[in-house]
Amino acid sequence: MVAVKGLDLTVGAGECFGLLGPNGAGKTTTIEILEGLTLPDSGDVEILGTPWREGAAGRALRERLGIQLQETQLADKLTVTETLALFRSFYKQSHTVDEVLALVELEEKRKARVVTLSGGQKQRLAVACALVSKPELLFLDEPTTGLDPQSRRQLWEIIRRFRAAGGTVLLTTHYMEEAERLCDRVAIMDHGTVIALGTPRELIATLGAEHVVEFSLSDAVPDGLMDMLRGMTGVTAVRAGVGLSLTVTELHRTLPALLAELQRRTLELASLTTHHATLDDVFVALTGRQLRDT
Amino acid sequence: MFQLALARMREFYREPEAVFWVFGFPIVLAFALGLAFRNTGPGQLQVGVMPGPGDSVLAATLDSSPRVVASVLDTATGRLRLRTGRVALLVLPGDPIVYRYDSTRTESGLARLEVDEVLQRARGRKDPVAIRDDRTTAPGSRYIDFLIPGLLGMNLLGSGIWGVGFSVVQARQKKLLKRYMATPMRRSHYLLSFILSRLVFLILEVVALVGFGWLLFGVAVRGSFFTLAGITILGAFAFAGLGLLVASRAKTIEGVSGLMNLVMLPMWILSGTFFAYSRFPDAMIPFVKALPLTALNDALRAVMIDGAALTTLGAPLAIVAAWGAVSFVVALRIFRWR
Repeated sequence: MVAVKGLDLTVGAGECFGLLGPNGAGKTTTIEILEGLTLPDSGDVEILGTPWREGAAGRALRERLGIQLQETQLADKLTVTETLALFRSFYKQSHTVDEVLALVELEEKRKARVVTLSGGQKQRLAVACALVSKPELLFLDEPTTGLDPQSRRQLWEIIRRFRAAGGTVLLTTHYMEEAERLCDRVAIMDHGTVIALGTPRELIATLGAEHVVEFSLSDAVPDGLMDMLRGMTGVTAVRAGVGLSLTVTELHRTLPALLAELQRRTLELASLTTHHATLDDVFVALTGRQLRDT
Repeated sequence: MFQLALARMREFYREPEAVFWVFGFPIVLAFALGLAFRNTGPGQLQVGVMPGPGDSVLAATLDSSPRVVASVLDTATGRLRLRTGRVALLVLPGDPIVYRYDSTRTESGLARLEVDEVLQRARGRKDPVAIRDDRTTAPGSRYIDFLIPGLLGMNLLGSGIWGVGFSVVQARQKKLLKRYMATPMRRSHYLLSFILSRLVFLILEVVALVGFGWLLFGVAVRGSFFTLAGITILGAFAFAGLGLLVASRAKTIEGVSGLMNLVMLPMWILSGTFFAYSRFPDAMIPFVKALPLTALNDALRAVMIDGAALTTLGAPLAIVAAWGAVSFVVALRIFRWR
């Protein structure tokens, strides 16, 4: 089975690069090929200017990387300190256990066994195991999936501090919001290929408009309404999904016009929301599917 | 590697069940079997006398012997007790007196000799030659002396295969193995860490079991402790290698459990842990002797019971070492790291 094909990406030093996409898009396969854990069937990978090699060269490269894998469960019976001491022992150069505990703010849990940690704490410990080697390049595979909002923000803060110290980050996520906040550039993946690449701002700009209006009607959508909506000034795209979705350039002009038009046709609104266009909207525009449902 | 071994040990001693199976269980087993098969001799022989002329006199005569307990039983009860083994022998009064017993039972054979001796003497037999009994109980010939080295071997096998196998498969299942692969850790260090941590526990296991046998049953080690230590270390290496081999491919705990039983059960039965393997048919003996646990048990018994020197144990130790080396090399080749 082919999980990923025709990928051509370059991540610059000091950059935070995000691989985005729904589950099964091939993000994990991609990041594991880059991490040297999965061999690609074809193609070249260069990390920090060197290709992956077996033996001493590979180990020398690993000294410079920090890796957090999506599914790793650390040993339950070990304490936080013991786990970090173990990972630290694999590297020639590393942070002390205390330093790395401070980086991820787990000092008060140092003596706790891994099994007693909350989901967010476990994830911070996993990131700590990646940071302990003082890496130049940090790989994070869905670091915040399944975490509560507070834990997510804590992790974002850890990543920001790592970048502020000059580190390069490559992360995968299926939260577009996360990518918008953290990443300099993102690649949106779907079905194993990159369907969009650029800064979050650039990608949102491809929608041609900054606002999204979503509404639904109490009754069926009458014939001709879609065409009428497409013809309205400031509307760049109309999509019918669960309700109707308009991409608009100037919300303050289009919204009153829309409401007036609906009233004239005596159509009753069941719901109406508006938001700034996000990477979610980019994904919907590119694939016709909602990111979260898939 | 030191940290890896340390982690391994911590994971082990924080698992109370594992500690029990490795240390507690063999001791409980040795205690129970030691009690059940303690050397009190054959004990008193239960003999039944069937109804007939002079039955109660016959029973009283037999009962006067300290080694025989005899009573008159009715025919049906007597048959039942003989069949269920609650009497070793039935005496049918008359002329001739008939002994009814199962000749394949050791106890019945003894009862036959004893009963005949008592009856013949009571009827006036004189021994043509004077006999004097000189009774001794030699340490080394008892069942517990046989058992302790066997349990030691079985324990080395069990803790090697369980200890290594479960940790490896668990780490693989939890993707921890893959996480280690993402670090500069050397693969050989990972595998060697198992052997290192096994060595530490090995010392505790041997001390616990041998110490227990010595304190409670007076099971001594006739050979040198260094020889014993050498053999157990070799055994631990070999079984850790076997454990790695068993765990080299399995992806789930259930899968590896089946493999472990497949490896261990035949050896528990065949390798002379609880009884001498010489009881098996001659055709099977070469096969049985080629098993690592058989070789290890033989070597352990030779040292503990016979006081053999290391130099005389070349053959069994070569078998143990070969198993260990081959398993280790094959395990390294086919090991699934992800």
